[in-house]
Amino acid sequence: MAKSASSPRPSRPARTGRPARSTRTGRRSPLASVALLVVGLLATGGAYAMFTTAASAEEGGNASIATADKENGEKLFQANCATCHGSNGEGTNQAPTLLGVGAASVDFQVGTGRMPMAVQGPQAERKPPQFTDEQTKDLAAYIASLAPGPDIPADEYLTGKGDVTEGAELFRINCAMCHNVAGAGGALTEGKFAPSLKGVSAAHIYEAMITGPQNMPVFNDQNISPEDKANIIAYLTYLDEHASPGGLDLGDLGPVSEGLFVWIFALGSIVAITVWLTAKSN
Amino acid sequence: MTTTAPAPATRPADAEQQPSRGTRFTSWAANYVDERTSMSGLVKELGRKIFPDHWSFMLGEVALYSFVVILLSGSFLTFFFQASMAEVEYDGSYVPLKGLEMSAAMQSALNISFDIRGGLLIRQIHHWAALLFVAAIGLHMLRVFFTGAFRKPREVNWVVGFLLFVLAMAEGFTGYSLPDDLLSGNGLRIIDGMVKGVPFFGTWISYLLFGGEFPGTQIVGRLYTLHILLLPAILVALLGVHMLLLIVNKHTQFAGPGRTNDNVVGSPIMPVFAAKAGGFFFIVFGVIALVAATVTINPIWNYGPYDPSPVSAGTQPDWYIGFADGALRLVPPGWEFMIGPYTVSMNILVPILVLLVFLALVAVYPFFEAWITNDKREHHIADRPRNAPARTAIGAAGVTFYAGLWSAASSDLIATHFKLSIESVTHVIQALTILGPIVAFFVTKRICLALQKKDREIALHGFESGRIVRLPGGEYIEVHEQLSEYERWRLVSYEEYRPVMVRPDARGRISQGAKMRSAISGWFFEDRIAPVTNKELEEGSHGHH
Amino acid sequence: MADHGSADSGTAVEIIATDPGPRSAAVVPTDRPQNPGFPPERKRVADLDPAKEKQQERRVVAWFVLGIVGAVGAVAAYVAFPLDTHGAVDPSTTRITTLLIGLGIALGLFGIGFGAVHWAKSLMHGHDLVEMRHPTRGTPETREKAVAVFTAGNEESGFSRRKAIVGTLIGALAAFPLPGIVLFRGLAPKEDANDVLRHTMWKKDTRLTRDPSGTPIKASEVTLGSAFHVIPEGLNDSEHKLEEKAKAAVLLMRLKPEDLHPSKGRENWAYDGIVAYSKICTHVGCPVALYEQQTHHLLCPCHQSQFDITREAEVIFGPAKRPLPQLPIYVDDEGYLRARSDFHEPVGPSFWEREH
Repeated sequence: MAKSASSPRPSRPARTGRPARSTRTGRRSPLASVALLVVGLLATGGAYAMFTTAASAEEGGNASIATADKENGEKLFQANCATCHGSNGEGTNQAPTLLGVGAASVDFQVGTGRMPMAVQGPQAERKPPQFTDEQTKDLAAYIASLAPGPDIPADEYLTGKGDVTEGAELFRINCAMCHNVAGAGGALTEGKFAPSLKGVSAAHIYEAMITGPQNMPVFNDQNISPEDKANIIAYLTYLDEHASPGGLDLGDLGPVSEGLFVWIFALGSIVAITVWLTAKSN
Repeated sequence: MTTTAPAPATRPADAEQQPSRGTRFTSWAANYVDERTSMSGLVKELGRKIFPDHWSFMLGEVALYSFVVILLSGSFLTFFFQASMAEVEYDGSYVPLKGLEMSAAMQSALNISFDIRGGLLIRQIHHWAALLFVAAIGLHMLRVFFTGAFRKPREVNWVVGFLLFVLAMAEGFTGYSLPDDLLSGNGLRIIDGMVKGVPFFGTWISYLLFGGEFPGTQIVGRLYTLHILLLPAILVALLGVHMLLLIVNKHTQFAGPGRTNDNVVGSPIMPVFAAKAGGFFFIVFGVIALVAATVTINPIWNYGPYDPSPVSAGTQPDWYIGFADGALRLVPPGWEFMIGPYTVSMNILVPILVLLVFLALVAVYPFFEAWITNDKREHHIADRPRNAPARTAIGAAGVTFYAGLWSAASSDLIATHFKLSIESVTHVIQALTILGPIVAFFVTKRICLALQKKDREIALHGFESGRIVRLPGGEYIEVHEQLSEYERWRLVSYEEYRPVMVRPDARGRISQGAKMRSAISGWFFEDRIAPVTNKELEEGSHGHH
Repeated sequence: MADHGSADSGTAVEIIATDPGPRSAAVVPTDRPQNPGFPPERKRVADLDPAKEKQQERRVVAWFVLGIVGAVGAVAAYVAFPLDTHGAVDPSTTRITTLLIGLGIALGLFGIGFGAVHWAKSLMHGHDLVEMRHPTRGTPETREKAVAVFTAGNEESGFSRRKAIVGTLIGALAAFPLPGIVLFRGLAPKEDANDVLRHTMWKKDTRLTRDPSGTPIKASEVTLGSAFHVIPEGLNDSEHKLEEKAKAAVLLMRLKPEDLHPSKGRENWAYDGIVAYSKICTHVGCPVALYEQQTHHLLCPCHQSQFDITREAEVIFGPAKRPLPQLPIYVDDEGYLRARSDFHEPVGPSFWEREH
């Protein structure tokens, strides 16, 4: 039953004044759809790339605790910390004692901006540090003088060099269940979370392992030797320095982000193409 | 068949001239093939079959094409993959794993990624295509459901399609497990735990599945056989049936001017549809290749070889198994009890049952609807979802339920990304999974009815043109513009159903089944908007000027 | 269904069943608007303007050319970036080959795909065609003939007359798959599954060692707030390493002794606040190793079951029901941690015969 209608469709008012140069009003050039698709994919990719590189620009502490000014540290402590931790660092009902936490703990907590805490929450979060590197070291020296505790790690373990295979295996066994195999972080109970390790400085990673900040367990030198800690840092450095061989990493969050990507971007762009494909050419 | 599109007029003129070399070869080849296969009959029958054009009719094709891509890329991978759990020391190129003990399967998967040029690309194409395959099937099923394209005579094809969906998930899961990495190993461990929770046979089934204790040395080889032999064979066979029934039943089409339940309006296979569909295969393949070239999937080099002791935060299955994982997560504490000396793990059985019941409901829905409507006619006009409010609402409830389970599988990521506590996320999703479908049902039904009302309004009184006119009497009115009869037809051409009455059967009795049907059908059709009648149309067009 | 007069297919809107039948739900009102028929066709630019047609043709050609460029580009990328197969490959090489070969392939495919579709849309015969549908079921004649075939088959074979033959045939058909099912017994080894699940590698006096190195652990090394991932000594030399590890993995933690609340009979299972618990979740078996040293909660990353170590790993959240089994430990003369015995119950997920 063929039917061949050839008269033009009854034009609706909106369509009557169609200009002769129809290319300008052309709704969907095939090139445009492809270009849009490519731009979309690249843009999302670009955003991810920026995200990962921006995160890796963190300072590495260079000031030494040996040359730090303990008196200055005490002043800073009294002005900024004593309200919660007590005037001698003995702790109050609001905050734990700092006796015996060591310089490493101070360098980690203050150096990553977690202390002083901005707001009470499930856990102290990383933010831009409030004190300069020197002030941090002064504070650390003061706290270390109150009672002995873990010291700031020696530079030889913080080079980011070591046995990455060993480090990767130790990381998977001791760290990945909270921080995720690629160091992307993960959830803990009651709103707490294990933070992402991307772009965290070697010193801070080392200090976190020996001091066990907040709910993180302590990994002392008898559990994971300093050499093995250096290996773990080497692995994390390797991950930071080498982008994923497969392309964009989607935040290294695993199958959930892959699933969302396939629905939104892959199937989304294909559906957009089907609309073009079945629309009548103009 | 009965298409009589005039062949382009230039053809005979060409034939009279000296045939070119190409033409002569083509006709020789066509003759050669036909004399041996009787192919001309098939070409005659199918060559000008008509396919209606609508974007949503292409979704099944997306699934089909991703499957072809999966077959192509999968064949490449089998040339290099070793489905063995023998322990080897990794000596490939990826530095952070060098020297580590792992299974031969993991090593060969890593070698494909790092030591074969383009191997990682093919792995990623295969995995992305697999995710897309199941996603496209899902979307295709939603389209078929919401347009009522499963009604007679297509109920059987719905079931075939449903089986394809289940097979696709099985294919996906077996493939996900093959590299024997940490992520998939923990996935298998969860399967093992679920199997063990089955009463009576659980322990044994787990033992048979893994060839002894978990993880054993067998499972990868066994899954591989399923993944590349048994499941694809069944899948391809069912795919054939699916396509065959599609040809027999012909495609549905949306209501439109000139389109009736007795015809199909669209492009013929030769040449327009073949070009579009063929081209579309390359486009789908191209999108998969583009994604695979730019985005990492399943970075097994991060996960490392399987070891029963470690686990990664964010351990999740691929998206299509997410609803099962989510169902496990949503169980509240303490659902396990003893019957005498035996342990009954309701925390595992209930999720399994919920999933099976959900899938079973999906599979039998066409028969359920056929029963309550008692409609024995063939339906070839796809419904607009709003014109079947109860069905659309049921679908929305199902989607909400699925979404609840699905989002539960990422509860930990939801918690970290939105700064919530995992406990509250779980509780909210628990509530949403139970209450959400009910709310979705009523809201969707109301929306459908409202849209139908609006359609009715527009069909009868036209649409608001946005043009304000001042009448001589000083009154301002907005001019309503009438639709053309073609546009109006799209709005008014749908069927009305009414609840089935309870009537005694031939022997004067009323069976329980009939009562139940009447009750359900009452619930199904009680709220409805009557389609526009001719009379109303005439009155409408006279009353408005 | 043949006997229902209303079962004939018709247009969705025009057919009026003479009587929908008392049981039919479908109400097909008679006063329906009429299908207006096909609308007039709109011509495409290529149909109206030969210049446009040429332009569209050039576009199609451009797409196909792009396809060739893409395919050749992919080959060029393959050749241009050889992998150094010996020694360490920088993953960025893999990243580049994957990207460039993939982009080339994608372009090659897009060229063909968009070219073909554009050709079909803008240049091929653009009118909608119509094909009639027929009822799916066969015509009455066909159906009659099919029935005749079956009748003849039945008569000629005597299928419904010879009851004994049919009965025994059905029996034989039911029996024949049984050997096939039984053969699957060979999938598993002979030992009793549920016996194996009750025992782990831990025995009296087995030393606790670090995962993965296998070095023994002294109690003094486990400082407050520490968490050690533990395997039994000798696991690394075990023949069935992974199977044993899948049951024997343990998490060792040190709390303040006063935070522990041991039940009767379990007072000596810990040593000065050091406790060892199975790492295998009692839900479906994921490793539960997310230890929070301040709240003393253990979290399973797979399904979020939470266990409270201060109360003998009792479940406080999530789908698990049973507490994690505790490994009783003591300290030997040299200060090393040792197991007092195996676990007192099967580790890992529940199974039917667990308490049998």
